Amino acid sequence: MSVLLVLEQGLNGLQFGVMLFLMAAGLTLVFGIMNLVNLAHGSLYMIGAYLAATFFGWTGSFLLAVALSLLATLVVGIVVELTALRTLYERDHLDQVLATFGLILFFNELIAILWGRAALYIGVPPALAGYIELLPRLRYPTYRAAVILVGLAVALLLYVVVARTRLGMLIRAGASNRTMVGALGVNIRLLYTVVFGAGAALAGLAGLMAGPIYAVQPGMGEQILIQVFVVIVIGGIGSIHGALVGAILVGMVDTLGRAFLRPVLSTVITPTAADAAGPALASILIYVLMAAVLFFRPQGLFPPRG
Amino acid sequence: MGRRPRAVVVVAGLLLLALVPPVAAALAQPFYVDLFRRMMIFAIAALSLDLILGYGGMVSFGHAAYLGIGAYAVGILGFHGIESGLIQWPVAILASALTALVIGAISIRTSGVYFIMITLAFAQMLYYLGISLETYGGDNGMPLRTRSQFGPIDLRNPYAFYYLVLALLVLFLLLGARFVNARFGMVIRAAKSNEPRARAIGFSPYGYRLTAFVIAGGMCGLAGALLANQTEYLTPDFMHWTRSGEIMFMVILGGIGTLFGPVIGAVVLLLLEDVLSAFTAHWQIILGPFLVLVVLFAKRGLFGLVPDAGGRRG
Repeated sequence: MSVLLVLEQGLNGLQFGVMLFLMAAGLTLVFGIMNLVNLAHGSLYMIGAYLAATFFGWTGSFLLAVALSLLATLVVGIVVELTALRTLYERDHLDQVLATFGLILFFNELIAILWGRAALYIGVPPALAGYIELLPRLRYPTYRAAVILVGLAVALLLYVVVARTRLGMLIRAGASNRTMVGALGVNIRLLYTVVFGAGAALAGLAGLMAGPIYAVQPGMGEQILIQVFVVIVIGGIGSIHGALVGAILVGMVDTLGRAFLRPVLSTVITPTAADAAGPALASILIYVLMAAVLFFRPQGLFPPRG
Repeated sequence: MGRRPRAVVVVAGLLLLALVPPVAAALAQPFYVDLFRRMMIFAIAALSLDLILGYGGMVSFGHAAYLGIGAYAVGILGFHGIESGLIQWPVAILASALTALVIGAISIRTSGVYFIMITLAFAQMLYYLGISLETYGGDNGMPLRTRSQFGPIDLRNPYAFYYLVLALLVLFLLLGARFVNARFGMVIRAAKSNEPRARAIGFSPYGYRLTAFVIAGGMCGLAGALLANQTEYLTPDFMHWTRSGEIMFMVILGGIGTLFGPVIGAVVLLLLEDVLSAFTAHWQIILGPFLVLVVLFAKRGLFGLVPDAGGRRG
């Protein structure tokens, strides 16, 4: 187990982490402000991936595909908000969970009808193919490096928007007291739609970037969605700051666990036992992490104030 | 009787369930024995969820985990040659109750949306654990060598198995009625409707909730053991999160916070799936919006449509 391998896997963990963050940011904002548990957030991720694949096929330009699919997921998000979710804000969590579960069934099946059930594989865009040499003898795929950069840039942008702009002020105010913000004359419905659309676009961004790395198939959204839940439970629901820390933590733990748990275990127990226990333990590691965090801090690491 | 319409529905419903095997035999449609047995197994699972969801207000989104643990208990013991149901089933109940104890101990410390996400995440963890059990079929699952052995009661006989499941369902309905109207059930319901008040009169809900959570887990574990016998196959898919959603939908569709509602919900949902899937392979595109509509407009469920005689629910 060389240092370079650890570094490379660390970067993979970071890459997975920023992807989780893009999903978690939208989900946690929507919950923090609208008090809405949106299981269908994963569907937006899936839709982003499928649309990017299709636009990429049509236009042949990855950048154009990115722009078009971002716009399209934003529109899908706004349509879903206006037609289905708006009625759910005042309902209890059970209703929200079930109704958005119904939406997931609908979207997964819709995608299966339109694109089929088989997984799509999207090639890495030519401009981002190949490797960059980060350190002597450490070659890292350019595409994954680009994903990390985009993710970190979005995190920074989000921070600036939320902490420094008028819109961000409204978002923070909405999260701490919705009724008061409405009473002060802010169009709260419009704010909801904007926040939901932005969250949808972020999920779409994560999905379209996931295309060349993971398989694009119906149900792909829920796989990541549940890991995103782990992220925001660890980070503290409603906190963007917590979402970032939780996402990087979960991304790292999951990736490093899958890469190194087996070899590490085999130094302690017999190799055959490690072969059996390693993958099993690695796949449940993030849930154990979540349980441990909750045991000490039931409200997560960074519970939002208010 | 005329003044207790709900009791009439319950008795009529159970009688209809009891009549399924002879009718199916007369029509030479043994498939229906299989289908209705499956419905009753899910009815037990949905009933167990309703005890904590409808009466306790705990939105557990990982209930399928116990279904899986019960099934795996039967499968794993059978794999190692222990085929007696008198060992398999108690182990299934104990294993799921113990799991519920661990999951509950952590998740009941939180509430609201945390609770939903945590129960979901733990169920997903067990799902992945099931996938990684290569010895027991991993991703694909494994067939059961034989159904659980009960001496004179032969589960390979579809009718014997059917009536055993029906008897268990009736038993759980009776136990459920005892449970929700006992002091213990009252505390759970009080803590659901107004926790500060329940605390103010001197009850700390945590222990009561955890106990209910464990009971529901064990009960669903038995449903899992039944399900493994029903399908004679077990796969990690028993624990898939969509299964948890499905069980929750049964509760809502039938009538949350009632005992017989989940039974109706399980029967109607599985019947609907059966009819729709015969009609189109893409039946989920119909089921999804249907679920949304039920949640938005028919929150009290089918059993909720039947007028309640007294003040008491149940």
